[in-house]
Amino acid sequence: MNCIIIDDEATARAIISQLCTNESSLNVLEEFPNAIQAIKYLNQHEVDLIFLDIHMPDFTGFDFIETIKNPPKIILTTSDPNFAIQAFEYDCIVDYLVKPIIPERFLKAIIKAQAIPNKVKDDIGASDEVETSSGNDLYINIDRRLIKIDIPTIYLIEAKGDYIQIKTETKNYTVHSTMKKIEDKLPDSIFLKIHRSYIINVEKIIDIEDNSVLIKKDVIPVSRSNRPKLMKRLNLL
Amino acid sequence: MREQPNLSYINQMSGGDKDFEEKLMGIIKIEYPKEKQTYLHNIEAKKYKDSADNVHKLKHKISILGLEKSYGIAVTYEENLLNGKEDGRKDFEAILDTITDYLETF
Repeated sequence: MNCIIIDDEATARAIISQLCTNESSLNVLEEFPNAIQAIKYLNQHEVDLIFLDIHMPDFTGFDFIETIKNPPKIILTTSDPNFAIQAFEYDCIVDYLVKPIIPERFLKAIIKAQAIPNKVKDDIGASDEVETSSGNDLYINIDRRLIKIDIPTIYLIEAKGDYIQIKTETKNYTVHSTMKKIEDKLPDSIFLKIHRSYIINVEKIIDIEDNSVLIKKDVIPVSRSNRPKLMKRLNLL
Repeated sequence: MREQPNLSYINQMSGGDKDFEEKLMGIIKIEYPKEKQTYLHNIEAKKYKDSADNVHKLKHKISILGLEKSYGIAVTYEENLLNGKEDGRKDFEAILDTITDYLETF
């Protein structure tokens, strides 16, 4: 099985890679310190199995699974046993390894993965209804000052924990707010949530490559559930 | 007597591959001080959520180095941080210092 390893911790990647070397059926193609790099790789390469860490900064293992269109078999690796129930909600997840990974347990996971046929079919759901909103200005509160932003200049909104980052043509702003709140303030005719952590201005899209969108210099992942909505909004030839 | 790090896990998973053991210790020696520094920076700034994330990451090193009791302390401390409390900080940071001392012997 051709596999890749995604983990922000170099120590964890080294251990998993070593465990793979001991298994002749496994061929490690690449290792990635974050999920975004892996998504780009998967757009161009076929893999059979992914060792995926859940707990990664900015973009978790679950964000990754939500983003890729046709996930191969995935073995989750984590120090936290509390995600097990959530993990098995995904058909592509074949096993769940708690760190530090014991060789015998690793082998058991590989046997399990080998017993499952490759590739889980992608299911594309229906898009949601488009809501309406109006107004060209948005006021944000920064250090007790209300700053006016011209809404059409916003090209990207990104969730950052308890904050959101608003990127405009001229400046970026980080505000204590939620994606839900700002989504309600923006006109649906221009803006679209393409991932639980990203809202984009569809008029600013440069190109779309499979499951990511290029806006300015930012490559933004599109989650599987939001992809149909995005495709509906495009004026396709 | 404070629990001391050991190589039992690393030896178990390396299958006797000495080159790998050396390589892994080399990676830990580079990665661990950075993770510790990030944690200390965040806890000083009272960024509890970020500190909990750092503890989560450090827990793996603690377990790799065979520190079973210390791992339990780290688990409890991570939960406390997620609840906005620093309870267990002193014990956890003592574990970090023990690991630092241990890594210096390599």
